[in-house]
Amino acid sequence: MSDKKEPLLVVKNLKQHFPTTSGGLFSKVNGAIRAVDGISFELNAGETLGIVGESGCGKSTTVRSIAQLYRPTSGEVFFDGTDLCKSSEKELARARRDIQMIFQDPYASLDPRMTVRSIIAEPLQIFNKRGLLDTKMTSLEIEEEVEKLMERVGLNKAFKNRYPHEFSGGQRQRIGIARALALNPKIILADEPVSALDVSIQAQILNLLDDLQSELGLTYVFIAHDLAVIQHISTRVAVMYLGKIVELADKAELYNNPAHPYTQALLSAAPIPDPVIEKKRQRIILTGDVPSPDVEQRGCYFQARCPKRMPWCVCHVPPTFDLSEKQKVACWLYDERDLSKISEADAEADAAKSAINKE
Amino acid sequence: MKKKENIVLEVKNLQTHFLTDAGVVKAVDGVSFSVSEGETIGIVGESGSGKSVTNLSIMKLIPSPPGKIVGGEVIFEGQNILDLSEKELREIRGNKISMIFQDPMTSLNPFLKISTQMIETIRLHNKDVSKREAKERSIKLLEDVGIPAARKRIDNYPHQFSGGMRQRVMIAIALSCKAEVLIADEPTTALDVTIQAQILELIQNISKKHKTSVILITHDLGVVAGMCDEVCVMYAGRIVEKSLTDDLYKKPLHPYTEGLIKSVPRMDITDKKDKLFSIEGQPPNVINLPPCCPFHPRCHKAMDVCRCAYPLKNDFDGHEVSCWLYSTDEEKEEALKNAGEN
Ligand SMILES: Nc1ncnc2c1ncn2[C@@H]1O[C@H](COP(=O)(O)OP(=O)(O)OP(=O)(O)O)[C@@H](O)[C@H]1O
Ligand SMILES: Nc1ncnc2c1ncn2[C@@H]1O[C@H](COP(=O)(O)OP(=O)(O)OP(=O)(O)O)[C@@H](O)[C@H]1O
Ligand SMILES: [Mg+2]
Ligand SMILES: [Mg+2]
Repeated sequence: MSDKKEPLLVVKNLKQHFPTTSGGLFSKVNGAIRAVDGISFELNAGETLGIVGESGCGKSTTVRSIAQLYRPTSGEVFFDGTDLCKSSEKELARARRDIQMIFQDPYASLDPRMTVRSIIAEPLQIFNKRGLLDTKMTSLEIEEEVEKLMERVGLNKAFKNRYPHEFSGGQRQRIGIARALALNPKIILADEPVSALDVSIQAQILNLLDDLQSELGLTYVFIAHDLAVIQHISTRVAVMYLGKIVELADKAELYNNPAHPYTQALLSAAPIPDPVIEKKRQRIILTGDVPSPDVEQRGCYFQARCPKRMPWCVCHVPPTFDLSEKQKVACWLYDERDLSKISEADAEADAAKSAINKE
Repeated sequence: MKKKENIVLEVKNLQTHFLTDAGVVKAVDGVSFSVSEGETIGIVGESGSGKSVTNLSIMKLIPSPPGKIVGGEVIFEGQNILDLSEKELREIRGNKISMIFQDPMTSLNPFLKISTQMIETIRLHNKDVSKREAKERSIKLLEDVGIPAARKRIDNYPHQFSGGMRQRVMIAIALSCKAEVLIADEPTTALDVTIQAQILELIQNISKKHKTSVILITHDLGVVAGMCDEVCVMYAGRIVEKSLTDDLYKKPLHPYTEGLIKSVPRMDITDKKDKLFSIEGQPPNVINLPPCCPFHPRCHKAMDVCRCAYPLKNDFDGHEVSCWLYSTDEEKEEALKNAGEN
């Protein structure tokens, strides 16, 4: 084997389309929302991939498809070498132990009628009963484990018989994290875990996730819409737009030399908590329509709002260009040819020609 | 800081309480601030600190029961708004003082087209505008807030818009009446950064052009930095620090403010430490608060006096702070003595 480690997670051309129906009594499928539309990335153990992008671009759907909460429409998700998309329910049970999720709303995701103890113990009990743990646990051992987990996430174990509503937002998020850690997972998919929290509490949870990662060697996929949070937590960052990854880069590259015009606009628009900087910053203001996710586009999905649009972009879907080992971008600006000189008529003619070739 | 000129709205010692089964919630407990013509003032603070209740009280929109404005004044155009009748209030609301609410779904009528709702609002406040003119103006406003294909979409119903688009319609409606005061409660929280930037710029332009005073409620210290002339920091129903924006970020006086500013991750600082600064502990429960500094359990500078008396307000050239760190030894001893006697 070479000295290069196998990535823990490999996602290849993953698609998740949700059929839309015409409604009515004899409703027919008449299209699909292309929530995730062909994304690929790799993630090594111990890394954190941050995912940013605007509301509805498919961030949640991406992690849900990876966790096989939905069966993906097509594509491959290799976890530790096995393709989860092709696995049977039985094979998936093992992966479900290794892949855990944390959600945005710590209240909605916890059962209000269960005590903290039963919330944290539940995954252990279920896997124990089905014989899916490495060694069977007694109920006393489970009890001890719950207390250990509570301490690990900074919850007082004396509170284990309380209910979620008796805790603050930040504490509830800790309960969710303890539950996610119960089965000793390899990877945690965190869907906006700090978005609903106050600034002062957000820092506590980010620090906790940091500590857990270094102590337990965890791998994270971390969704947030706050670019500063993503920068703080990630090793690599994927920027999504309408179901596609438009830029995937190491953190330093992405924040210092953003390549995609959308990434550039995002970074320029994110507020910075310093009045001196903030009052003289220049913003890239985007105009135009976000296309509907149920229509397949013939050109770049961002072109309608792109300040650097060329006629070529309107009718050609960009491939992914490797700018370096560390940075990939889906944008025609980075083609070796200079496409800016091509007129609308020539671009359209070229598009028509390749459409015929395809058929 | 010199005394404010051209004050448009002044809130004096406002107190709003809620009577609940668990006890009295002093949601707002003695809040004072003022806004001048064309000024933008920010209110920041944690969830539950009383930001929304403060601004709902200004418009007398507190549900009663369980809520009650138990004290204070809101001076607008020489009179106390809190003394006005419901009829007089309706003249002011949405006309002279307009409001963007935190929850946009509750304030659009689901059964009426967007166009109908906008035209009605515009004509309500400006009777000589024709329907056609009002519609044209509405389309322009929707374009201003970044609704694509506004002319086509104006005849849609609210449910046909996404959450973010509905939020923007609300903003367009609030801006349509060219009020003297605009109260915006987390106007961009649900929106993406690129759209947020666009809307904040719009609010800023309107404020400049029409000299509108803006009260902006937000928990985003980045938004405050870019938008506000002055900031009020709220904690547990009170303003604990108030200052010009630049001063507040340069030299926060209250340990809470200092902690808040330090705990935000920042994109512009490259030599980062691994750990974020964090304020330990949880925000207080505002039911039956004891008469002490509500921040003391989380404060790394807490002293004996903080645990037994509410801090006095200190004013350093217009930079106000309520914290015992800035009181003299005599004041602290006095407070300790009084607390001992009770
Ligand atoms: N179960 C579903 N059925 C149909 N459409 C769906 C479903 N889940 C998501 N969608 C659609 O897929 C698209 C992507 O949604 P998703 O929730 O993944 O976005 P997101 O990036 O997580 O957004 P947000 O930042 O608002 O959480 C949206 O257009 C959404 O309406
Ligand atoms: N109708 C009500 N009945 C009882 N308590 C209320 C009511 N409305 C508000 N409160 C209480 O008043 C306090 C202040 O609430 P407010 O909505 O002003 O907070 P906020 O600062 O706007 O928070 P957020 O950032 O979450 O919007 C809270 O403790 C809240 O629970
Ligand atoms: Mg989501
Ligand atoms: Mg509020």
